[in-house]
Amino acid sequence: MTKLLIQEKEIVVPGEELAEGLDYLPSMGTYRDKEKIVSNKLGVVSVNKNIIKVIPLTGRYMPRIDDTVIGRVVEIGFYGWSVDIGSAYPATLSIRDATEFIDKGENLTKYYDYGDVIAAKVIRTARYNSIDITTKGPGLKKLISGNVIEVTPSKVPRMIGKQGSMISMIKESTGCNILIGQNGRIWIKGTSLENENLVTRIIMKIEEESHIDGLTDKIKKLLEEKK
Amino acid sequence: MTSYDKRFSGRKFDEMREIEAKVGIIKRADGSALFRIGDTIAIAAVYGPRELHPRFMQNPETGILRCNYDMTTFSVPERKRPGPNRRGVEISLVTEKSLLPVVELKQFPNAVVDVFIEIIQANSGTRCAGISAAALALAHAGIPMKDLVAAVSVGKVGEKVLIDLDKEEEDVEDATDIPIAVTGRKQDITLLQLDGNVTKKDLVEAIKLAKHGCKKINEIQQKALKDAYKSEVKNE
Repeated sequence: MTKLLIQEKEIVVPGEELAEGLDYLPSMGTYRDKEKIVSNKLGVVSVNKNIIKVIPLTGRYMPRIDDTVIGRVVEIGFYGWSVDIGSAYPATLSIRDATEFIDKGENLTKYYDYGDVIAAKVIRTARYNSIDITTKGPGLKKLISGNVIEVTPSKVPRMIGKQGSMISMIKESTGCNILIGQNGRIWIKGTSLENENLVTRIIMKIEEESHIDGLTDKIKKLLEEKK
Repeated sequence: MTSYDKRFSGRKFDEMREIEAKVGIIKRADGSALFRIGDTIAIAAVYGPRELHPRFMQNPETGILRCNYDMTTFSVPERKRPGPNRRGVEISLVTEKSLLPVVELKQFPNAVVDVFIEIIQANSGTRCAGISAAALALAHAGIPMKDLVAAVSVGKVGEKVLIDLDKEEEDVEDATDIPIAVTGRKQDITLLQLDGNVTKKDLVEAIKLAKHGCKKINEIQQKALKDAYKSEVKNE
């Protein structure tokens, strides 16, 4: 006897039973208790054939390979830099992943100093507590001046929009340089403070109203008004 | 022994006070919740998982849970001296132990999840309200949990076994107060405290009553969590 006890895209809470029977397989955010598959996170159910998973709605950023993230240097050691990327553990940027060539024993603050904000890419997540990032690659660098704001990581796809529609619209309209990290940090650099503030306000609005239909059109209108 | 055949508040013996639950009340926390039962209000904030300091407390096998229970100075009629006290330390500990069976921190070695519970208004059953609020806040913070936990106090006042004692009932001579925490799905008991006298028969009855009450609280908790995100998921 196999039965699905919930519907796809339903919100579930920890301890809620999702399916009965051995034909379904538990994936991310779920566990099996004898015959039953139970959720262990607050999130949205996704059923793919017989695999059930719960996509979390809240929580800290969980690093995934190839994610672009924005972080702040919190520590410098012999091996490289420790970077806070808003996940449970700081990420490691080792010397050989930083730039072309750094001499042994060189002063590392020359490249990235304490408190510097950098855009980086996740290259390895062996376990949750060892995250390796790199700054080699297009667009990955130290972010000089500008503003960094934080949003909930689960809302990042909304900020970007379908095929980047939302973000490119804001960029074009305000002329600001915007970089969105998958960890929910957004770097904004504009031609003027007013422009930066406008983008900040708009991003706050997207975060608040991320559930509304036709949000892109609404933001477009707002941008035109403000100009 | 005082006879007690009608409750001071006019409630039925198996009737709890009015319950309200809300999540997301503290913006800067990773997860937060408010839980009100009658005049008792508890708020809980969860931070983490994050790196644990001091370092010697780190456990490379699993993450740890750290609970902190405190009452605000204005929560009781007579001003409570601020800061931790003996009672607060004990309740912090039992709260931690009652939540530990459900949280899964194995995937966060060396890390800590901090839970801060603050009672902003007290009228008995504060540790139970605190546990219910903390469970909500943990779920809201996205911590992996096997189950939710709900807690309620049951007790014996006079000759009667009843649920959710208020201050007036607690102060009755020979009243016994038994806080019980129960998981949502399997109805396992994760906390049971008792001081005072109670017969075996009464205790069994009290546990039954508590399980029934916790089931109701669990439904309210589930609703609170779902309502907070209902509008967001609807249109995606």
